[in-house]
Amino acid sequence: MSPDPATDTGHVDAPPRMGFFTDTSICIGCKACEVACKEWNQIPEDGLEFTGMSFDNTQGLGADTWRHVAFIEQSQPDGDLRWLMDSDVCKHCTHAACLDVCPTGALVRTEFGTVVVQEDICNGCGYCVPACPYGVIDKRPADGLVHKCTLCYDRLGEGQEPACAKACPTNSIQFGELEVLRVRAGERVEALHESGVPEAQLYGHDPEDGVGGDGAFFLLLDEPETYGLPPDPVVTTRDLPRMARHVGIAALALVAGVAACTAGGR
Amino acid sequence: MANTSSTTKDGAQGARPDREAHANVPQFGDRPARPAKGEPEFGSYYGRPVLNAIPWEARDIAGYLFTGGLAGASSVLAAGADLSGRPALARPLKVGALGAVTVSLGALVHDLGRPSRFLNMLRTFKVTSPMSVGTWILTVYGPLTALAAASDVTGLAPRVGRASTLGAAAVAPLVATYTAALIADTAVPVWHDGHRELPYVFAASAASAAAGLGLIGAPVAQAGPARRLAVAGVAAELAASRALERRTGPLVGEVLHQDQAGRLLKLSKALGTAGALGAVASAVVPGMSGRGLAAAAGAGLLAASACTRFGLFAAGQASVADPKYTVVPQRERRDARV
Repeated sequence: MSPDPATDTGHVDAPPRMGFFTDTSICIGCKACEVACKEWNQIPEDGLEFTGMSFDNTQGLGADTWRHVAFIEQSQPDGDLRWLMDSDVCKHCTHAACLDVCPTGALVRTEFGTVVVQEDICNGCGYCVPACPYGVIDKRPADGLVHKCTLCYDRLGEGQEPACAKACPTNSIQFGELEVLRVRAGERVEALHESGVPEAQLYGHDPEDGVGGDGAFFLLLDEPETYGLPPDPVVTTRDLPRMARHVGIAALALVAGVAACTAGGR
Repeated sequence: MANTSSTTKDGAQGARPDREAHANVPQFGDRPARPAKGEPEFGSYYGRPVLNAIPWEARDIAGYLFTGGLAGASSVLAAGADLSGRPALARPLKVGALGAVTVSLGALVHDLGRPSRFLNMLRTFKVTSPMSVGTWILTVYGPLTALAAASDVTGLAPRVGRASTLGAAAVAPLVATYTAALIADTAVPVWHDGHRELPYVFAASAASAAAGLGLIGAPVAQAGPARRLAVAGVAAELAASRALERRTGPLVGEVLHQDQAGRLLKLSKALGTAGALGAVASAVVPGMSGRGLAAAAGAGLLAASACTRFGLFAAGQASVADPKYTVVPQRERRDARV
């Protein structure tokens, strides 16, 4: 039984943990998810740059981009060109570093097991930004606060699916109970292996990984780093006890050092 | 522009020159530029960083790492000076600690996206957040430091002053060292990889900064502890930095030797060594030249500590900016498991 972050947080009678399974093998790169997300969440425009990176001028996740469709053009050994597309999103980690390090309590775990920023609490300290091992959450210069995907918390409360999943025309973005999605993803990757796509692999599905598994996980057709995803992310707060120990020893060493230096006569 | 292609109901036909343009596009899924000789091969998304850039201003946050360390270690040394009957050493340290913690607080508030919401830091206490714990440490430490300095300068309420001095000194070692956990508890490769060594680097750097302040502020006759702490602090920092370099290894650790970070950290070692030697010499050079030498050595030690903090901050930024520091170690870790 994998840990349930909502119950661990203290939610009583929490509904099942909800999440995304993004199957990149059927993504067509239409960016309907990017648009739907921007529209529903009223995310401001954040510049339009020409990057020369295939069809991707969005570039990456940030304060004003909560879904980002990556386009990867690869030359195959036989000379053919292969296109990979992946709609990236906040992973809603089981052990979320952003939430752990937030000093104000602005970042919270919802009853659905997702991670959400309370905009009226955040004071823009920015600690969550370098804490996130995926490069998801970021600070918006216009208001000085951090923003990221809420897994459409407002829609979930109404029994609706998130805007991106609703808009996805191929069902590449699947929303549902995480346990159900994990089973479905396992079947999908098996089917792909049987039909001659041995490179298909799941990413973020494993509750044993460095972040305790992602609430939003993926089926990829290449290595994670090719899509800009970290190959083996960890929640750094797991090392906090060791850090605290070294901080304590260093503090004691400082006292001992000063004591030794003041003990002398001159 | 003439269109040489035509689309029929059977699909696209004819020459489609635009499609050929892809052949000139860099190898997607690899870095756009070929890795230099000896560089590891690794995949990335168009060479873009995996992590988002650290949103902190170096002036504010690296500055705070310096002033926080200076304040903390100064309070400890001030208490030692008080207890060992060296009031002329204690006073500049107490006043300096108050100044440094005031600057620290200003920097921390200034760096917030919403400075007016600073007090939101105090609406909760989270052991999982070094910033939350640190805020509470500073909340206890700041007023004690102010009382200690005010009592010393005015001569009022000496008992309260003594108690505040000791109270501040009890919290101060954590003020000087918690910041190591603050930056190490992030996905920033060189900071997190160095999470075991950074507290010692910070403690030592803080100690030599406080020694520097003592050398500047105290007469030579009472500056003995500052001189000894200068030598001990610099020696400890050199050792801890060496351990940090070894721990972070040839790949991630290279950011400690390159560019701005490399220059600052090298300068820190030079200034620290010179400052420690100057501190020792100031005890044997007689008269005003000894006093002047002590002050110069002290300034060098303060500058060395600032260089350490700004250097390590820049190293963190550099380790985020290039995806290889994120991808390659994780790839190796993942491959080793399979």
